[in-house]
Amino acid sequence: MSEPHPPVSPDPEPTIRLRGAVALLGSFPALAGIDLEVGAGEVVVLRGPNGAGKSTLLRACAGLVPVVEGEATVLGVDLLDRPRDVRPLVGMLGHGAGLYDELTVAENVRFWTRARGADPRRAEAAMASFGLAGRLASVGAARLSAGQRRRVALACLVAHDAELWLLDEPHAALDADGRALVDQLVAEAAAVGTTVLLASHEVDQVSGFGPRVVTIAGGIVVEDRPAPQRPSPTEAARVP
Amino acid sequence: MFRDALLVLNKDLRVEARSRIALNQILPFALLVLFLFAFALDPSRGVLERATAGLFWLAVLFCVVLGVGRAFALESGDGVIDALRLSGLDPAGLFLGKAGALFVQLVALELVLTLGVVVFYGAALHSVALLLVAGLLATAGLAAAGTLYGALAAGLRVRETLLPLLFLPAVVPVLIGATRAYESALADQSGEGWPWCNLLAVFAAVYVGTGVLAFGPLMEET
Repeated sequence: MSEPHPPVSPDPEPTIRLRGAVALLGSFPALAGIDLEVGAGEVVVLRGPNGAGKSTLLRACAGLVPVVEGEATVLGVDLLDRPRDVRPLVGMLGHGAGLYDELTVAENVRFWTRARGADPRRAEAAMASFGLAGRLASVGAARLSAGQRRRVALACLVAHDAELWLLDEPHAALDADGRALVDQLVAEAAAVGTTVLLASHEVDQVSGFGPRVVTIAGGIVVEDRPAPQRPSPTEAARVP
Repeated sequence: MFRDALLVLNKDLRVEARSRIALNQILPFALLVLFLFAFALDPSRGVLERATAGLFWLAVLFCVVLGVGRAFALESGDGVIDALRLSGLDPAGLFLGKAGALFVQLVALELVLTLGVVVFYGAALHSVALLLVAGLLATAGLAAAGTLYGALAAGLRVRETLLPLLFLPAVVPVLIGATRAYESALADQSGEGWPWCNLLAVFAAVYVGTGVLAFGPLMEET
């Protein structure tokens, strides 16, 4: 699907480096001194209660929320100094799908692909990957279900081929097939060296992605540990 | 910048072609305004004839306010504004694209309104060249100013009521210049109207230049 990203050097700069990072929403410190380091090609799951700062962390890494204190570097870009410079380098899946209701599925994907400066052919390939290339391509976005809108948003993300993916509740509104598709997508992205930071309440769903689960509460990291592994079918069969 | 402007222009015009808000709502409203003016002013005393140019441009201003509101309502839903920020689109290109789309729609509306003043007010279009030049310059200035103030108001909860308060006083020079130019054109005194085109050109240049420079920071505040 994507071209592999360049091989990681022996002592690479982390994709994300946050040291005591503080981000404000108005006057509220939504990130109150985050310490987090994510290496190139890693998949890290963020978990935590509502209001913990997961979405704010993703948005800060995308350069959408200003970091006002501490150290914050994403893909070599200093977020305190030049947050806008990081935006073209990341792919983000937020709460909203980012679609124009009056445009069709195909028009939306093509528009966002061109807006990102990506190869227009990637739009067609992305739509095909998500089952959007047939009848759905000519359907107006306003007539899509929540799950279908999510698929279109994912297609736009994939068409961009960013080095860092920031996914906020990627499984939300998706049926079982859609969730499996997201799982496959993240696995394939990680295999070609894409760094993935995703926020999810469904830790069991995402535990197969990678080694790390970072728990956030009150705007700081409270735990950073390997993900619980799913039991193998053999192990699951032994449980009475 | 121009590639991005063309992309956004095409997108906005395509959205309008699908939704037909300008055609089905803004245009009928503008024609209704002209119609109501015709009832409010006594045509037998020549008041309507003398006020035709001003009434035309007032109707256009109302169209601009509605059109700008619509242009930014497009970007306010479902995470679109974040997607625009992340896209890496040149903010200057984004400004030019949105202003350009608004310009195209306004020109189309003005052509119909011109027919309206001919039919409702009995206006005679003596100096078509002056009408065209003044009209295009005024429309360019209005589209640029409207897009700029639309971005300013977009991030605010009271944007629907704040936009007219910000925008209308700022475009008084356009109203004056365009009205005087049109009065001269309709009265077949084009020599008096052409100098007003200089004012309109300066206004358009100032607001296009300001928009190109300021749109990026304004988008960050939205």
